[in-house]
Amino acid sequence: MTRLKEWFSSGRSTGKHTMPFVVILLAITFLASAANLYLPEDSALYVSTYTITLLGKYLCYAMLALAVDIIWGYCGILSLGHGAFFALGGYAMGMYLMRQIGDRGVYGHPTLPDFMVFLDWQELPWFWLGMDQFWFAMIMAVLVPGLLAFVFGWLAFRSRVTGVYLSIMTQALTYALLLAFFRNEMGFGGNNGLTDFKEIVGFDLQADSTRVSLFMITAFLLAIVFVISQRILSSRFGKVVLAIRDAESRSRFIGYRTDRYKVWLFVYSAVIAGIAGALYVPQVGIINPGEFSPINSIEMVIWVAVGGRGTLIGAVIGAILVNYAKTRFTAILPDAWLFALGAMFVFVTLYLPKGLMGIYAQLMAKRKTAKPQKSEESQA
Amino acid sequence: MRHLIALCCCLFGLLSLPAFSAESPISKELLTELVDTKLSKLQPVVAKIEATSGEDALPLFNTLLAGKLYYVRATKDVVGQYTLDGDKRYQDVFTSQDVNGLDKPSFGSKEVKKIRVNNKLRVYLRKAIAGIQLTSKSPAVREDAVHALLAKLDKNTVEIIEELYPKEANKKVKEAMGLALALNVANDKAATVSSRLKAIETLSGSLENSVRNHLTKLTNDDNASVVKAANGALEKIAQRANRFAFIDQLFFGLSLGSVLLLASIGLAITFGVMGVINMAHGEMIMLGAYTTYVVQLLMPNHIDYSIWVAIPAAFMVSGLMGVLIERLVISRLHGRPLETLLATFGISLILQQLVRTIFSPLNRQVSTPSWMSGSWEINPVLSLTLNRLYILAFALLVFIILVAILRKTSLGLNVRAVSQNRNMAKAMGVKTHRVDAMTFGLGSGIAGVAGVALSQLTNVGPNLGQAYIIDSFMVVVFGGVGNLLGTLVAAFSLGIATKFLEPTTGAVLAAIIVLVFIILFIQKRPKGLFPQKGRAAE
Amino acid sequence: MSAIESLRETFRRDQTWPMLQSSQANVNVDKDVILYVEGLNLSFDGFKALNDLNLYVNDGELRCLIGANGAGKTTLMDVITGKTQCDSGSVFFGQNHNLLNKDEAAIAQLGIGRKFQKPTVFEAQTVFDNLELSLKTDKSVLPTLFSRLSPTQIDRIDEVLKIIGLEQHRFMLAGALSHGQKQWLEIGMLLAADPRLLLIDEPVAGMTAQETERTAELLTSLAGERTVIVVEHDMEFVRSIARTVTVLHQGSVLAEGTMDEIQSNKDVIEVYLGEEQAEANGAGGDA
Repeated sequence: MTRLKEWFSSGRSTGKHTMPFVVILLAITFLASAANLYLPEDSALYVSTYTITLLGKYLCYAMLALAVDIIWGYCGILSLGHGAFFALGGYAMGMYLMRQIGDRGVYGHPTLPDFMVFLDWQELPWFWLGMDQFWFAMIMAVLVPGLLAFVFGWLAFRSRVTGVYLSIMTQALTYALLLAFFRNEMGFGGNNGLTDFKEIVGFDLQADSTRVSLFMITAFLLAIVFVISQRILSSRFGKVVLAIRDAESRSRFIGYRTDRYKVWLFVYSAVIAGIAGALYVPQVGIINPGEFSPINSIEMVIWVAVGGRGTLIGAVIGAILVNYAKTRFTAILPDAWLFALGAMFVFVTLYLPKGLMGIYAQLMAKRKTAKPQKSEESQA
Repeated sequence: MRHLIALCCCLFGLLSLPAFSAESPISKELLTELVDTKLSKLQPVVAKIEATSGEDALPLFNTLLAGKLYYVRATKDVVGQYTLDGDKRYQDVFTSQDVNGLDKPSFGSKEVKKIRVNNKLRVYLRKAIAGIQLTSKSPAVREDAVHALLAKLDKNTVEIIEELYPKEANKKVKEAMGLALALNVANDKAATVSSRLKAIETLSGSLENSVRNHLTKLTNDDNASVVKAANGALEKIAQRANRFAFIDQLFFGLSLGSVLLLASIGLAITFGVMGVINMAHGEMIMLGAYTTYVVQLLMPNHIDYSIWVAIPAAFMVSGLMGVLIERLVISRLHGRPLETLLATFGISLILQQLVRTIFSPLNRQVSTPSWMSGSWEINPVLSLTLNRLYILAFALLVFIILVAILRKTSLGLNVRAVSQNRNMAKAMGVKTHRVDAMTFGLGSGIAGVAGVALSQLTNVGPNLGQAYIIDSFMVVVFGGVGNLLGTLVAAFSLGIATKFLEPTTGAVLAAIIVLVFIILFIQKRPKGLFPQKGRAAE
Repeated sequence: MSAIESLRETFRRDQTWPMLQSSQANVNVDKDVILYVEGLNLSFDGFKALNDLNLYVNDGELRCLIGANGAGKTTLMDVITGKTQCDSGSVFFGQNHNLLNKDEAAIAQLGIGRKFQKPTVFEAQTVFDNLELSLKTDKSVLPTLFSRLSPTQIDRIDEVLKIIGLEQHRFMLAGALSHGQKQWLEIGMLLAADPRLLLIDEPVAGMTAQETERTAELLTSLAGERTVIVVEHDMEFVRSIARTVTVLHQGSVLAEGTMDEIQSNKDVIEVYLGEEQAEANGAGGDA
């Protein structure tokens, strides 16, 4: 414990963007929340609950992008299956919310969710037990993605599966889960997934205050995850991770068991994705197998690519920007969105390998060369 | 059988137009006689018709036997009743065309009268029909007739068969007749036990459903040795049936394997040579399928030949698209396989959306040429659908051609050189970027050809290719990158494994099991079944 | 392997059970030999890269390995450092560490450092970080996560920086270094790990004459305290540093001795130096 404290108080650089990011994020969160709760609806500054929920959704995506970036940008492992971890976290939350419905479902069964009654099941499957407890469900939201990531990572990294092989394997993983969750027999609601949630820990999910609270919790957790990730990545562990990205066999020859580093980083990333999923479900009100679809997982990668991989802030910015664009686009020109998304994939990989943060860094570097003396000082 | 005829009648009724009235093959006088004669005196008239018209009378007799023969009171025309959307309508017995025309109302129930039959006449009719069919000139008709009779043998038909059996020249028909006779003996409680046992022995060689039904009945026979023999025969039949069911499953596995082979072989080339995954590979397949669709639109009257146009067209369309993608995108991302993966994924999204915009998001139906439809019935339990059979052969042909290209042509030599050691090939003066473009074109073109094949099995839609990218990659990885033979083996073993798992686990679970198996397999042997060996492989 | 054999293997008196060995255990060099390579065989697709190779290296020795391309030098290093699995044979580090059942990381943690032919450093990180990563510390996941640089470690890094002459560039990205500097940094990374045995593959490839001289100095100064095995093609360089030279040919040891002995060895002249001579003769003939 003291070591933990020491670690947080140690004088390591936390990255120059961390503090401004956290401040801006929390400031926007507070202002938006206050504007929703305390301003009258006809005020020019009023923020609708719809917008709040939308923002909350974007922040979930940002957290998910963070997870992808940690593994891809920092360790060079392109996971095309992070949607699986996100969805598993979401399903854990969804199961909890489902149990919270209680006897208010269409069939009014005291314990069984509607879809089980519909399928003529007599009792809860074992994996639904305990999911009526919030704490238990939340542990599952973290544990299940973590465990899956551990098993998969342990198998894959130990046998040194890398590069495109690994990417396709992760895609196959999420594809397999997609197929599995579509099955009614799995006991997760099949095609329709879990929906019609009523309340979370006793609060009505439709109420403005609940929505705002969920949004604020998401923002807080995003800030915390951001800071912790920044800490981890600037520790020696983070340096090893970078070393693995750039020269894995060299890292092995100086004594690091790179497979273990990769496994734990993968697990960490999966856990973040799981948390993001658990936060996402109560805000959008549904979780279905579609979240497992490979295209979702690839979309996450493009958020990170647009923002700039290898920078946590880039992942967050990319996720928010791309999703904002998606919201606008699908409202105006629904057919054009896929064109735009496809073009974005091609354009970013061809011309913006470092994303928006790369442009920003270039601009900063230009400014620096304008003042040459200063730059030399900072080099020393 | 009768249901089938009725169904066909319905279908024909739907399709045909009442434009012309066909010449009746039976003289009007005889038909009028049929209408005018009283039920008790009808049999001689039927006999007269049988004697004069032979096979031509079959539709009439069948309709009469089914109790569907009517005549129009006003004209005394003989018509057959059939049901269309719940309405009773009337059609020409011989041409199956609606007598009123489908767009006009049919006769009311007062306007027509049923020609009634009694049991005696029915027995006679059956015998007459059997006799006509069994003496038909066409062996196929004779064989079908015997098979149809197996289910409802009676004394009369047995008599006919006994009479015809020694004279029958066709081996298959004779066999079937022998079966019918044996069935009769086996069922005949008056016959000696030894002859019954011998008959059962004969029956045990048959896979006919009706034979099995009879044998099952015989297991309740009074005679213990007959019961035993029947049980033995049933077991023997079951074993044979299982063997054929196994072959059937194997065929479906091979068929899936051939589809996988077609889908993955292009990927195997591009991945093997360039080390990049083309995520738009599935869309190349889709483009090929849509090319088939467009070709059929362009030549609607020559569907049978459209395939021969579609194959080269699809190869060109997908191949050119592949070259375009390689030149514009992939060549600029050289040495960055993960970025290539993302960029080609973007391209796949664009292509899908493009097709959706041009053709609509709905599935399109591609018609199968007549020579590819239907099936090859080997025996009562085993029949292979022709389109799958052709696609299996086609996949192997494509594979052989591809291997030949890689082995015998200078392009193949260059491709092999680049895939083994790119830098060395470059140093030797191989124009690697040209080889890349050609390889990509070739791989994509084959994907297009795969699309033609797929369009014959499934509906053509914008998402057609998506499902295949993971499967094809699995095949390539399982077989070993850069090894075409490995791809062949992997495609067929995965196809067969999937089809053998499906009956026990269901399709979805089978797919999952195969995926998980490959994920685990890659852990053990990251370089696939047939890895490239040596230091160069590092 | 039959049950009795595996039992016998388990109770061999000259080995400690793996679970009783600590990975940080001292290397037993009672017999003055630090590396035992015996009967090593390895073939790729029928090509015998190593053919019944036997090699003993004394503690504190500076050993040069020479041989034509494909003689098995790099492959031998690959086997020693755990990169490649051999078909048969044994490799012991001291008397008590069987290297064949360990992976790269474990071998590195035992104190065997390896420098590659092509310099590989962590290009996206500073020179200082590169050295920090190489320090001899607990390299498992959790300790690394919570580790902080101690003053002694910083001193150690400074010391190494001085040895490799990169003090001025400590906060420069390693990717921005020149080729020679990268070579040095890689050697520095080996030194920071405080190894017992250094395997160095072509250290002076791409170095200027001056840099080569300094490298030679460094390597000779290292020997004694540490054991150094150098693979090199540059005969001048080998002559300048080597006390003992081992010649590999077609995967096995052809000759071993001082440079002078080697140069006068008939077999060696025939298969290795002979080639050069023949080439020289051939070139002379052409002219």
